[in-house]
Amino acid sequence: MLPDPLPAQSLLAGDVPGISRASAWPHEISRDWALGGSTGAGVKVCVLDSGVDPNHPVVGGIEEAVVVESDDEGTPFVREDGESGDLFGHGTACAGIIRKIAPDCEIASCRVLGTDNRGNGAIMAAGLKWAIESGYRVINMSLSTTRHDLSALLHDLVDDAWYRRTVIFASAHNRSVTSYPWRFSSVFSVGSHEEEDPLSFYSNPDPPVEFFAKGVDLEVAWLNGATISSAGNSFATAHLSGIAALVLSRHPDLSSNELKNVLHLISDNTEVSTEVPT
Amino acid sequence: MSMNPNEAVTAGVMAGEDAHGELLESIVVVARAFFDAKAASITLLDEKAGELVFEAVSGEGSDTLPGTRFPADSGVAGFVASAGQSLVLDDVSKDPRFARDLAEGTGYVPKALIAAPLLRGEDVLGVLSVLDRNDETRFGLKQMGLLELFAHQAACAVGVVQAARDARGSLDGGGEMAAISRLAGNLAGADQERREAALRLIDALADLTS
Repeated sequence: MLPDPLPAQSLLAGDVPGISRASAWPHEISRDWALGGSTGAGVKVCVLDSGVDPNHPVVGGIEEAVVVESDDEGTPFVREDGESGDLFGHGTACAGIIRKIAPDCEIASCRVLGTDNRGNGAIMAAGLKWAIESGYRVINMSLSTTRHDLSALLHDLVDDAWYRRTVIFASAHNRSVTSYPWRFSSVFSVGSHEEEDPLSFYSNPDPPVEFFAKGVDLEVAWLNGATISSAGNSFATAHLSGIAALVLSRHPDLSSNELKNVLHLISDNTEVSTEVPT
Repeated sequence: MSMNPNEAVTAGVMAGEDAHGELLESIVVVARAFFDAKAASITLLDEKAGELVFEAVSGEGSDTLPGTRFPADSGVAGFVASAGQSLVLDDVSKDPRFARDLAEGTGYVPKALIAAPLLRGEDVLGVLSVLDRNDETRFGLKQMGLLELFAHQAACAVGVVQAARDARGSLDGGGEMAAISRLAGNLAGADQERREAALRLIDALADLTS
């Protein structure tokens, strides 16, 4: 009797393709190895938000802008955004933070806020799908949806992104709000800390919020070329997106899993302990 | 004579509306006092109109703002309602459009504000905002967390009233509940003999449809 055929996902050992790496993992992952000297060059970052003002001096231009809207039947669609820029200022603020940290990265805007409050969960999901399929390496989404009916779709999308090496940085809710997609493990979820250094961040030993980045006392870009003082997890998320762009610029072959490990290992509160845990 | 179901629900909704209004007023008064701020307000989202409506205001604007509306796709409160994310802003007057819009719309231009969404289940119901601390200290993460607690209270109050309004709406509509409500109203005014006969008929209908 013949054995059952192997499932399509299986490979015989000799058929497993090799993986070539641009650099070897060092014995100890240091900040200098991870991002020293990096400017974010070559890394494409998509800001999923209220749009981005491409003319704001802090943002310094963007590569692409699209907007997601609903048709008459409520089905989201994506079109080029030639004129609206940013409706609220928030997306410009996030883009400005990313630009300050990773000055040479390529920034795109996918506007998913502002047109239709009722449909914004579906519009956000459609924007996320567009950004993943467009091949952006980093997606900054300082927003979430509380719509449970979208959680399965968002879960599928962020898992798909994870395997495509698209890393998604999403703001966590401070309060115990059930919202998505930040709580999924294939997302890099971010809360705030109150320290000054924009490159300082912490790895949370008690997820689902996985990282804390700078989120207070910020001068952020806003509408009409202005800068204003602000705070919030939204901007902490943009900080870590920028830091990820720095790492991926130096180490473009990192998988999503490897990047999360690197960020964990170079976070400010991770250290080698000689004490054996009990 | 006892109230019919329609009247009873209406009375309940009206009482709920009053208590809801008082509770929202109380929340903005307490929030303003707690943060030692010049103003606090709750705006509720009118989805059909695509607008935010001032529902309760304490401090600056309390005599003029309640009931006024502004588009939900602009401004800081619009962002908070749209994104469901809290936001802290200082020196907002640096943004000339922001300052002008607020000045024209409310007569008061804040320097700093903190805003949190009213989240209830899957919905954003509105926004709780606090403007300008009297000692001019900055709003930070701690204040944002506290404001979110107040916003949760407000969302619970709004959620209860909206559920009551939905119940009232179902009695006024053209569906089964409206028909049953009309029947119950007629029964409440009928004499004993007709009432007992009607109840036997209703029992028979219940058997038939079970």
